[in-house]
Amino acid sequence: MIHPITVNNISVSYDGHEVVKDVSFSFGSGSLIGVLGPNGAGKSTLMKAMLGLIHKDHGEVKIGSETVDSMRKKIAYVPQRSNIDWNFPIVVKDTVLLGTYPKIGLLRRPRKADKEWAMECLRQVGMESFANRQIGELSGGQQQRVFLARALAQKADYFFLDEPFVGIDVSSEEIIIGILREMQANGKVIFVVHHDLSKVKKYFDGLILINKELIDAGPTNKVFQSSNMAKAYNREFMIDGLEVSM
Amino acid sequence: MEFIQDLLTYGFLQKALITSIMVGIICGIIGSFIVLRGMALMGDAISHAVLPGVAISYMLGISYFYGAVFTGVLTAFSIGAISQNSRIKNDSSIGIVFSAFFALGIILITQAKSATDLTQILFGNVLSVRSSDMWLTLIVGAIVILVVVLFFKELLVSSFDETMAAAYGLKTRLIHYAIMFLLTLVTVASLQTVGVILVVSLLITPASTAYLLTNRLSVMVVLAAFFGALSSITGLYFSFLYNMPSGPVIALTATAIFMLAFLFSPKQGIVVGMFRKKFKRKSITGATN
Repeated sequence: MIHPITVNNISVSYDGHEVVKDVSFSFGSGSLIGVLGPNGAGKSTLMKAMLGLIHKDHGEVKIGSETVDSMRKKIAYVPQRSNIDWNFPIVVKDTVLLGTYPKIGLLRRPRKADKEWAMECLRQVGMESFANRQIGELSGGQQQRVFLARALAQKADYFFLDEPFVGIDVSSEEIIIGILREMQANGKVIFVVHHDLSKVKKYFDGLILINKELIDAGPTNKVFQSSNMAKAYNREFMIDGLEVSM
Repeated sequence: MEFIQDLLTYGFLQKALITSIMVGIICGIIGSFIVLRGMALMGDAISHAVLPGVAISYMLGISYFYGAVFTGVLTAFSIGAISQNSRIKNDSSIGIVFSAFFALGIILITQAKSATDLTQILFGNVLSVRSSDMWLTLIVGAIVILVVVLFFKELLVSSFDETMAAAYGLKTRLIHYAIMFLLTLVTVASLQTVGVILVVSLLITPASTAYLLTNRLSVMVVLAAFFGALSSITGLYFSFLYNMPSGPVIALTATAIFMLAFLFSPKQGIVVGMFRKKFKRKSITGATN
């Protein structure tokens, strides 16, 4: 059973400055949601606050009627590529295997079935032939696919991806969006921090548009309007194909 | 050969050998995590900061173990407190705290006029290891190895991707302080062998050597333990035969092994890299011909 995620009045501040201000929204099962906004709008911060990884001034996040803390085993997070030490002594298949750790629990080791599952996830992103490479030897797109495979390995219901499409090749992007679409069709809830406006309509059926405070949230057709975008980016906006109804 | 003869003859030498091997192993193991987490300076800080604890223990007539562990842990918390509650960056707060603790330690030691000479604590004297020291080291070693084996998964994931680890519910701050605690234990256990000043060399150098040689954390930990043990055995050897302080010899041996890996590592080595470039160039010109 996959529940809606509801965010109520979240605020976050750094050094006394509010970087996320009273943000609220709700998205149900089977949503692929883009988190959109200019640089410094607090997109990643919002995501981390939703996951309870940084301190919130106030506000709460509910998954169904549960807290995030009680649902952690159902949550998968994919960090920004720039936050990873790519020289770490770990090979591709072991990176994906990390995704099985939450379910394995303390004091137990991954078994054969876990390793096979990790390899299966690696196959889904088309990276099985790189299984024994050190992760730093991959291209950006390949690295992102490996991290998506790790998220798949978690068998989660709620996914949080921070800028997965930055600096990656076209075919990796297609593979990733294909998998996200499939997950969405299976009822998963997926949040994606994103900043390439050209593909917003193609990729996401829901949007959270923020610039510190929430500009708008909801279905892409409703949110992705010139007036909203102008408010978020503080300038005039012409959105190609905006008149085309989806 | 003569050394082996002596080893069989003298009890104190056997104790020294067992102790130094264990110290090398546990420094290599914990050092691997310190290196990967970018906490080399923290290792240096904790090792210096146990000094006042050692001094106070002498004054109170208790085992130096308790005092050292106490001030070591206190240092880890003080550093965390300063960098989290002010704009001071982590490396600066490390510098502030450990220099203060170290300074206090030196004053206390000289005031205590302890039987144990300051140089011995600072630079190590592996030949003075007593039975109780050896057992302490073995117990600490058992704890460290047990914890790392049992929680290897958690140490791996939190060292590699702390945010992901926290997102799925691992207590990453608890893990950080657990590592600090183990680091303190290891430092205390290493006091007699390498001394306060050079513990950091046995923590960082063998682990860094191993880091150049492998793409797997488990292999890195084992290699680091091996290089650590090798360095401390060499330290003991020179210390016994030529009456040198064991700490500096251990540090230099660890560095020599590191230099070999730095130059000749198959993947990262400078020399190997030069050859590879040359070979590549040749094969390219060969292809155009």
